[in-house]
Amino acid sequence: MPYLFETEEHAALRANVRRFAAKHIAPYGFEWEETGDFPRELYSEAARAGVLGIGYPEAYGGTGGDLGHVLVASEEMILAGHSVGTTVGLGSHSIALPPILRFGSEAQRNEFVVPVLRGEKVSALAITEPGGGSDVAALATRARRDGDYYVVHGTKTFITSGCRADLVTTAVRTGGEGHGGISLLVIEKGTAGFTVSKRLRKTGWWASDTAELSFDECRVPVRNLLGEENQGFIAIMLNFITERLYLAGQCVAIGELAYRESMRYARDRRAFGRPIAGFQVLRHKLADMASALAAARALTGEVATRHLRGEVVTSLAAMAKNTASDMCSFVCDAAVQIHGGAGYMRETLVERLYRDARIYPIGGGTREIMNEVIAKLEGF
Amino acid sequence: MKILVPLKRVADPDNANKIKVTAGKIETTGLEWKPNPFDEYAVETALRLTEDAATPKARKGEVVVVSFGPKEVDTTLRSALATGADKAIRIDTTDDAIDGDLLARALKALVEKEKPDLVLLGKQQVEGDSNQVGQLLAEYLGWPQATFAGSIVSEADKSLVVSREVDGGSLKVRVTLPAVVSVDLRIVNPKGVQSVFTKAGHNYPEGVRFAALMAIMAAKKKPLTEVKLADLVSDPTLKVKTGAAELPPSRKAGIKVKTVQELVAKLKTEAKVL
Repeated sequence: MPYLFETEEHAALRANVRRFAAKHIAPYGFEWEETGDFPRELYSEAARAGVLGIGYPEAYGGTGGDLGHVLVASEEMILAGHSVGTTVGLGSHSIALPPILRFGSEAQRNEFVVPVLRGEKVSALAITEPGGGSDVAALATRARRDGDYYVVHGTKTFITSGCRADLVTTAVRTGGEGHGGISLLVIEKGTAGFTVSKRLRKTGWWASDTAELSFDECRVPVRNLLGEENQGFIAIMLNFITERLYLAGQCVAIGELAYRESMRYARDRRAFGRPIAGFQVLRHKLADMASALAAARALTGEVATRHLRGEVVTSLAAMAKNTASDMCSFVCDAAVQIHGGAGYMRETLVERLYRDARIYPIGGGTREIMNEVIAKLEGF
Repeated sequence: MKILVPLKRVADPDNANKIKVTAGKIETTGLEWKPNPFDEYAVETALRLTEDAATPKARKGEVVVVSFGPKEVDTTLRSALATGADKAIRIDTTDDAIDGDLLARALKALVEKEKPDLVLLGKQQVEGDSNQVGQLLAEYLGWPQATFAGSIVSEADKSLVVSREVDGGSLKVRVTLPAVVSVDLRIVNPKGVQSVFTKAGHNYPEGVRFAALMAIMAAKKKPLTEVKLADLVSDPTLKVKTGAAELPPSRKAGIKVKTVQELVAKLKTEAKVL
C-alpha cells in the first residue's frame, strides 16, 4: 500500500527506483550483507540513474523533489533491493548533506555537496562519541582555533559510512559547555590527524560500514566551518527531524517487506495437510502485522505531509519514529516466528530483517529520548 | 529525424503466476503493468538516434511514442516521456478490441498523419509473442523493413545499416529511410546504436536509461494527446479470433535421485536427453 500523499509522479519514481534496485542491488544484496560491504561504484551508478540526488536541489546536482519523494524512493530501494544495509550505506549523505545545504556557504555547497551527489565522494555525519550519544549538548570533541585552522581532538563512533567517507560533517566543541558551544565542521579524508580507528561489527545493517573515527591534532581549515561558530546545535536538531522521518520510513519499508515475505511463506509452507496460512493463529498474526504496518505508515505519511506544509513536527516526528520502530520490531519478530526454523537461518531474508530492525529504537535518537522530546514539547 | 515508437503495456511477466483465468477469460484486474521490454528497447534506441550522447538533454530529433489502450496506459506513455521522448499519443481502445493486423492498419494511418522518418518498435510484445506488427506495417506502408535489429548505424539519417539477429549469427542490411525497424535485446548494448551526433566509440550504460525525478516532473508538461481508434481505421474487424484462454498445466513435483549414476540412467532412459 503506498502512502496516502502519493501521486502518479511518486508511482513513476517508485518504478524507476525499483528498476534500479532490481538491477544493481537485488542480485548482489545477500553477498554484500554477508561480506559487510558493497562496491563504491554503486554510488556513481545510483547518481547516474538519478537515484542518489532525490530530494536535493538541481542547482547542486540533485534531481529535485521533497521529503515525500525521499521516503518513497528509500522504501522502494528496500522492497526491490532486499538489502537494508546497502540502502542505508548508500544513503548516508541524507544526514551528512542537509546541514551543509542549510547552513553552508555557496562555495561550501559547491565544494562538498556537488561531488557527493555525483557519486564521486562519500559523506558521513559524525555526532555520537564513545562517551555519549543522546546527550548531544555534552559532546567532548574539541576544536581549538589556531589562526586559519581549528585543531580538532576527540573520537566519534557509530558513524555510518565512516570507513570510506571522503567528507565528514562533524559536531565539535568550539566554545564553552552545553549546547551553546557546538559547531559543525566538514572534515575531509586525508587531513593529517584524521583516521578511521575501528571498523565496527554490528547486529544488523551489515552491508553498511560503521566506523569509529579519531581526530588527533587534526587541523581543519576555518573555511570548513558550517554557518556561525557555536551555532551548530540548532543545525543538529533540525537535521534530527528529517532523519527521524527517514528512519520511520525505513521501518515502514522493512515491515512491509517482512510482512510480504511472511504472507508468501505462510501460503507456500504446508503443515498438517494444509498451508499454514490456513491456521487461524497465523492468519491473526498476519492481520496484526498488517494493522500495525498500516498504522505506522499512516502516521509517518501524515507527519511527512505536515512537515511539507511547513508545520513544526519535532514532537510528531519523534512519535512517528517510535510508532514505526515498534511496529518494525514486532513485525520482524512475528515474521521470523512464522518462518519457524527457516526464520532463524542466515539465508532467509526475514532473519536479516529481524537483525536490521534492532537499530531503529536506538539510532537517530533512542526510543527513550524520543519520549523525552515528546514529553517536553507536549508540556508534561 | 522524427521517429515513431509504438509502445504497449503488458502484464508484468515476472508475476505471470498471479494471472487468473475465469470462464476462458484472463482476469486483468489486480495485475501489475509494465512497458513491454522490447518496446522499451525501441524507445531507448530512438532516443540514442536523436541525441548527442555527450549532451543528451539537448534533443536533436523528435521521438513520438504511441500506445493503444484505455486511460491507464497514459502512465506507460508518461514514463516514456520521462526518459526523454518528446510527445505521446494514446489511441483509445481496449486489449480485446485489437490484434496485430488492426494495430498495423491503425499505425499506417497514424504514420500518414505524423510523417515520421522511421518507425521503431519492439520485435514482439511478451504477452502474445505474435511478432507481426512491424512486418505488417512495413507491408501496408510499402516501406523497407529490418527486423530483430541488434545494432543500428545511421548514415546521415538518410539510411540505416541494421545488423539483424538471425540464426547462427547476424545479417547486415541497409534500409533507406523512411523504414520500419524492429529491435531485439542486444540493441541496448553499450555500442548498439550509432547516431549521426554521438562520437564513434561512445559507450552507453548497458540497458535502458533511468528517468530522474525532475524528468518525471517535466514529463507531465509534455504533450499527450488522445485519438479515437475509429478516427484511424474505419473497419475495426479483427483477423485473429480469440477462443478461450487457459492456464498451462501446473508443474508436477520432481523426483529425487540418490546417485549420479541413477541420474545419468534416468536422463538416458526416461528423459532421453543423453
